[in-house]
Amino acid sequence: MNVAPSIRARGLGKLSVDTVTLAHGGGGKAMKDLIDDVFVTAFEHHAPAPLEDQARFDLAELVSHGDRLAFTTDSFVVDPLFFPGGDIGELAVCGTVNDLAVGGAVPLYLSCAVIVEEGMSVDVLRRVARSMAKTAADAGVQIVTGDTKVVQRGACDKLFITTSGVGVIRQGLSLGVDTARPGDVVLVNGLLGDHGAAILCARGDMALDTMIESDCACLHGLIEALLTSAPGVRFVRDATRGGLATVLNEIAEASQISIEIDEAATPIREQVKAFCEILGLDPLYLANEGKIVVVAPPEQADAALAAMRGHPLGAGATIIGRVHQGESGRVTMRTVFGGRRIVDMLVGEQLPRIC
Amino acid sequence: MKYLDEFRDRQKAGILIKEIEALVSTMTLPADRPLYLMEVCGGHTHSIFRYGLEGMLPKEIELIHGPGCPVCVLPMGRVDDCVSIAENANVIFATFGDAMRVPGSKKSLLQARAEGADVRMVYSPMDALALARNNGHREVVFFGLGFETTMPSTALTILQAEAEGIQNFSVFCNHITIVPTIKAILDSPDLQLDGFLGPGHVSMVIGTAPYEFIANFYNKPMVVAGFEPLDILQSIWMVLKQIKEGRAEIENQYARVVPQDGNAAALRAVSRVYELREFFEWRGLGSIDHSGVRLRGEYKQFDAERKFVIPNLKIADPKSCQCGEVLKGVIKPWQCKVFGSACTPETPLGALMVSSEGACAAYYQYGGVKRYKEAV
Repeated sequence: MNVAPSIRARGLGKLSVDTVTLAHGGGGKAMKDLIDDVFVTAFEHHAPAPLEDQARFDLAELVSHGDRLAFTTDSFVVDPLFFPGGDIGELAVCGTVNDLAVGGAVPLYLSCAVIVEEGMSVDVLRRVARSMAKTAADAGVQIVTGDTKVVQRGACDKLFITTSGVGVIRQGLSLGVDTARPGDVVLVNGLLGDHGAAILCARGDMALDTMIESDCACLHGLIEALLTSAPGVRFVRDATRGGLATVLNEIAEASQISIEIDEAATPIREQVKAFCEILGLDPLYLANEGKIVVVAPPEQADAALAAMRGHPLGAGATIIGRVHQGESGRVTMRTVFGGRRIVDMLVGEQLPRIC
Repeated sequence: MKYLDEFRDRQKAGILIKEIEALVSTMTLPADRPLYLMEVCGGHTHSIFRYGLEGMLPKEIELIHGPGCPVCVLPMGRVDDCVSIAENANVIFATFGDAMRVPGSKKSLLQARAEGADVRMVYSPMDALALARNNGHREVVFFGLGFETTMPSTALTILQAEAEGIQNFSVFCNHITIVPTIKAILDSPDLQLDGFLGPGHVSMVIGTAPYEFIANFYNKPMVVAGFEPLDILQSIWMVLKQIKEGRAEIENQYARVVPQDGNAAALRAVSRVYELREFFEWRGLGSIDHSGVRLRGEYKQFDAERKFVIPNLKIADPKSCQCGEVLKGVIKPWQCKVFGSACTPETPLGALMVSSEGACAAYYQYGGVKRYKEAV
């Protein structure tokens, strides 16, 4: 399908400076040069189309994917901009693609709004834009509209990106956080906590060298494989901020059931465990950018597990727990030690313990 | 993880629990209550909740979560002092993470940071010294906090700063000592404790000799305990064995880390840099004689209390707050009038709700409110 069909080719502006200044947010030629040089060049794979104030979609094309439109938005402020396993651009695409995909939607179009702090290197901005373009191309989604603002030094931290996404939900699917039933199984698609640990390490204030990389990935392929093999799946959510523990609490709360997970079955990388051990953090609350929590009815548990394991991003999939009648809203964990602890919602941010 | 997983072995836990049950079944127990064992240290409290140990122990044993969480016993007035220092425009205030949320009478350090104070989270006092090195035009103040566990590292940092001739670094010293505090608890008239799990990391520095008075004068058994769940179970078994045999001794379960005489180098640094304060104010416990230290006069150029004007006001704990009774083991966290209602981890009134090592926060986090409130 053609978005904003090309009427006449535009001449693309080119930046001649190395640093973004307030002039690049002024609406004049400098701004056009920045947008053209950095974003249009990266995002448009065909002949450049005239820049309209909106992307335009063919409704008939959208309808061919399913029967409901999905729309989502997310902002990305990660520090540092580049980290082991990814960067803010990749994150901004994956995050929004995943937010569409977990609802059963085919992700199609993204917007990209950036807020740039003056003094930002143009090269860094180009790298981020190229990373967004590559991630979007790999995921089969198009970045079709955008906005650029430049703010004075100190008004934002280097670069903030907001992506919104449009997708279409396939017919017959109705996933809901309130649909978990006693007897259901809870699955994840692999090792938890990598992203959170990688970011904390990359900030460099702990002087810990680790090999931990962010798990940042677009999960719509995995989710499609899952929902095709196990269409009875009740709910899928990506375990981003707040980690596994937060998603489980949201499910337990909304579905008015209890969930018990098994610590021994919950996959966490040895390095992440050690990292948390040293800093007094709990990996259940660490962010992920490539992990989903799935609730499936017992009769489709095997199909769900096999479908996930059959996809490269779900090779480490495993059943970590079950839904119970129990006390409504309660999440517990059977510890490796044989005890049982409550896994509550996190209050504020996780703060490392003193001793 | 090697050297950790071995101490979290489920099978061994099962064996130890059976041993504890067998021992308890042969003991003469108090008629009207369970046996009360206090774990002094917040690190133990954290492990007990994290591994669900309370639910595994026989009902004849109840654990009382003691005062060994340095963040929890920090009085409001001291937090106000921190905020006051941090709000100096030229100051970088460096602190351990979990001290940031402790409520002062007006605000916490976290709130002060949101309002513009330059408050940084560090993982060691050496990180704070590095901040001073890299920000020559700013005053870096490190919030020295903790028992004997963290005291030596602050002392060594001051000695390092002296050796390097760093002028823009100081410590707001709130280090406290464990022994007078245990004594204060033992002297409390409403005390009902049958034995102690002694603090492991403090003992690594001070050794086991300073606890002898607990056995000799108060006739209570203590076992210095490690922090892994098997350490704790074994230590509980050792305390029970002493009680059964009518002994009151200081035993060391954590011998792989705790030498009997402590760490001589650490103790040298401590006595070189600090002197005892006549008294120090504790949240919930009031003023305890000789329970805190300050920098010696020789190190006054590194003493934030001498470098800055500090309000040093005594702020009474909120009336409704029963942290003191919880700390002494007189009531359980959920028996406090405001537990889970006015006082939650989001809006902590009492310090025990602040740090994840605090008994109330641990109950709230790992135990939930409802279960306990219903049990009352």
